[in-house]
Amino acid sequence: MNLTLHVWRQKSPADEGRMVRYEVTGVTEHASFLEMLDILNEQLIQKGEEPVAFEHDCREGICGSCGFMINGEAHGPLPHTTVCQLHMRHFKDGDVLHLEPWRSKAFPVVKDLVVDRGAFDRIIQSGGFVSVATGSAPEANLIPVPKALSDRAFDAAACIACGACVAQCPNSAAQLFTSAKVSHLNLLPQGQPERYDRALSMVEAMEKEGFGACSNYAECEAVCPKGISIDFIAKMNRDYLKAKSTAVPKPPLEA
Amino acid sequence: MTLDGKVPSGPLEKKWDEHKGHLKLVNPNNKRKFTILVVGSGLAGASAAASFAELGYNVKCFCFQDSPRRAHSIAAQGGINAAKNYHNDGDSVFRLFYDTIKGGDFRSREANVYRLAQVSVNIIDQCVAQGVPFAREYGGLLDNRSFGGAQVSRTFYARGQTGQQLLLGAYQALEKEVATGKVKMFPRTEMLDLVVDNGVAVGIITRDLVTGKIDRHAGHAVVLTTGGYSNVYYLSTNAKGSNVTAAWRAHRRGALFSNPCFTQIHPTCIPASGDYQSKLTLMSESLRNDGRIWVPKNPNDQRSPDQIPESERDYFLEVKYPSFGNLVPRDVAARNAKAVVDAGRGMGPQKNGVYLDFKDAIQRLGKKTIEERYGNLFEMYEKITGEDPYTVPMRIYPAPHYTMGGLWVDYDLMTNVTGLYALGEANFSDHGANRLGASALMQGLADGYFVIPYTIGNYLSGHLGQALTTETDAFRATEADVQERIQRLLSVNGKRTADSFHRELGRIVWDYCGITRNAGGLKKALELIPALREEFWSNLRLPGGADQLNQELEKANRVGDYFELAELMCLDALERDESCGSHLREEHQDEFGEALRDDAHYSYVASWQWNGVGKAPTLNREPLEFEFVKPTQRSYK
Ligand SMILES: Cc1cc2nc3c(=O)[nH]c(=O)nc-3n(C[C@H](O)[C@H](O)[C@H](O)COP(=O)(O)OP(=O)(O)OC[C@H]3O[C@@H](n4cnc5c(N)ncnc54)[C@H](O)[C@@H]3O)c2cc1C
Ligand code: FES
Repeated sequence: MNLTLHVWRQKSPADEGRMVRYEVTGVTEHASFLEMLDILNEQLIQKGEEPVAFEHDCREGICGSCGFMINGEAHGPLPHTTVCQLHMRHFKDGDVLHLEPWRSKAFPVVKDLVVDRGAFDRIIQSGGFVSVATGSAPEANLIPVPKALSDRAFDAAACIACGACVAQCPNSAAQLFTSAKVSHLNLLPQGQPERYDRALSMVEAMEKEGFGACSNYAECEAVCPKGISIDFIAKMNRDYLKAKSTAVPKPPLEA
Repeated sequence: MTLDGKVPSGPLEKKWDEHKGHLKLVNPNNKRKFTILVVGSGLAGASAAASFAELGYNVKCFCFQDSPRRAHSIAAQGGINAAKNYHNDGDSVFRLFYDTIKGGDFRSREANVYRLAQVSVNIIDQCVAQGVPFAREYGGLLDNRSFGGAQVSRTFYARGQTGQQLLLGAYQALEKEVATGKVKMFPRTEMLDLVVDNGVAVGIITRDLVTGKIDRHAGHAVVLTTGGYSNVYYLSTNAKGSNVTAAWRAHRRGALFSNPCFTQIHPTCIPASGDYQSKLTLMSESLRNDGRIWVPKNPNDQRSPDQIPESERDYFLEVKYPSFGNLVPRDVAARNAKAVVDAGRGMGPQKNGVYLDFKDAIQRLGKKTIEERYGNLFEMYEKITGEDPYTVPMRIYPAPHYTMGGLWVDYDLMTNVTGLYALGEANFSDHGANRLGASALMQGLADGYFVIPYTIGNYLSGHLGQALTTETDAFRATEADVQERIQRLLSVNGKRTADSFHRELGRIVWDYCGITRNAGGLKKALELIPALREEFWSNLRLPGGADQLNQELEKANRVGDYFELAELMCLDALERDESCGSHLREEHQDEFGEALRDDAHYSYVASWQWNGVGKAPTLNREPLEFEFVKPTQRSYK
């Protein structure tokens, strides 16, 4: 099949950037979307032009490296699918596709379709962990965890931090990402000691990064390649409010 | 050079404890006076960096992805082994040790493997405490399964995303230490050389992948955790960015590279669909528990598979190996599939796959059970191929998956270069000539959480008060070499892209140093590879400049190293005139195609020393002695 692409080209963070039109020819339906871009890039290099920069690594939908907008949709039209797992059989000959990087103040463009998602790492640094130093852990089966609870925590832990949630949200909010980590740890017994501090600091870190506020559009859930539910946002909000208010009982001063 | 693995003496089960008890310690107040450079943030790197920081050391950690959480370890699916014996089915530290040594076809060190089995239990405790959501039973305790043909259920798993969850646990521990300031993280930063001064590793040279800036970093020790080199084959199950550069540059600076020809080819991957194919996707080998592998007896059979009657199907594994059938080990399954495809009997548009058929299992167990067991794998298969495996048999073909070879290390995980360590898939240490399923995750975390935090102190304690500086001749000269190489790559101005060279190189290595090898083929490869390398350096087309994000430059730089590695792999495979584990020399097999080992001549670790491009490397042999187990010849008939 032959396609017309309009691709965002931006040399560096300081560059203004612009859409550039390319024709890609001879793409087979079995190629993945990124392989289609590989073909485009091979053609560009042969013509002496600079290839389109895009982020990728595993190409299996798990590392969270890849992602850009295809005609306004994060990761393109297929639900629960990262762009590296999207195959060309979902497009047809003659399609016109607009490719743009994630757009958010908190994700500055590095080059072409590559953005800086360092804000996500900083949110994790603020509390997305259990403080357990190597070697200090008790025997693993000492604390039974109900299967349903563990499964629920897993649903949240499945987040790949690709940033699609932020990119699709009209407010550029990072609630889905942040709540996925807060919920993963706050649901489990291992996460209880730091539960409220975690909710508090992670929400504050998120706000500091310049992400927008959540107004329940639920666009994030719709584009999340891992199907993370917005129920986790409610869970995070509950823990955050409790932490903010006096609802968290303080330990007694004397035993 | 004589190689001393520094294996402690004494009874096998006491070696590690005794050794730990006598390692020199660094006083808690002095730990902050040391800086350790950790290159890599996968399971091995993230766990080591976090543990060092918790102990009080200063750490600089580097990765080429935009976040340490994206290291290739994230993609591991199946699980992680540990000798917990939760199933009361007879597992023990000794049994895990024995299975690993035997699985490696008696080409690894007893003491290292025993220690791995010992600390495996601590790994599970640590990960659970971090909040890793392992699969659980209804009673709330941890669930285990049997994996990769093991006779006991010792594999812990987190759906089909075990690597992801383990890595996130280690990554979170790492980020916790970034927040305390003990770890300084350098994402999008690639190590391009090792700085060695008077035989001691003193630092690294890096390139900032966004600005192109070349930097020097000094450390009291350098720890490489940079993963494996399966991407030398171009098509593999590894992430696109996985590469050998860090290990290779260390090799060029004096570190020995051991057993490079020991590479594992995984039998159940989705075959390539065309020449644009950029990587291969693994389908968990658990599928072989219920799927039956076959091809039509008539290679030109044009009928759709469901129209081919039983009598006209060749269930080649079941016929050849009646007792193990479709569950023969990875290498046996892979070899037989390749033989069938090579004979022109492959299926699919490219004639490059064999069927893995679930029809009988669905009839026997019902679609629902199959869906419960493999639902997500079937979905992934359908996503990639557009075919529904519930109605059309899957097509599978082997793909490079894991590399047992790597930098030589002693019992303390130090390479032969003083102060340089290698952990995880980057070292050669624990899997011999073949790795068991679910043992790589175990090794990465064992090295990072429970071995290196102890052994590094023994080395550092002798270097207290040593000032760090990058203003030395060694740093200046190494940085100049890096700059010169980048300029050389950029100034070739030829016609072919880095990818096109990489594909061609990969094809050569796959054909002659892949699933099976023979002397004639290896000699041929040893002519083809240097010729292609020369063309690379005179006909590479590389757009863009050095001082910007330039993904083509990153690729070209890595491909340059693959040429040299590929040559060494073939040389090593040629030199090892026996079959063992994954290394099948066609000259050495019995009538059933089973590998014939030659313990009298090849019971050693082949460790190669670099002598320059195009110059013959020197082979050093570390003999393997088996004090506690007796090497046996395996048989799957
Ligand atoms: C598809 C797949 C499934 C698997 N499933 C399993 C399984 O179920 N069980 C199991 O036990 N094993 C499995 N394995 C194997 C296992 O995942 C790997 O062996 C293991 O994760 C390697 O970990 P590592 O920490 O050594 O390296 P990696 O995870 O590869 O990390 C390498 C790190 O080094 C960095 N790096 C590399 N080069 C440089 C450089 N020059 N400069 C700076 N940084 C650099 C990278 O950025 C990265 O952070 C699987 C492998 C694959 C491919
Ligand atoms: S490249 Fe890893 S998720 Fe797409």
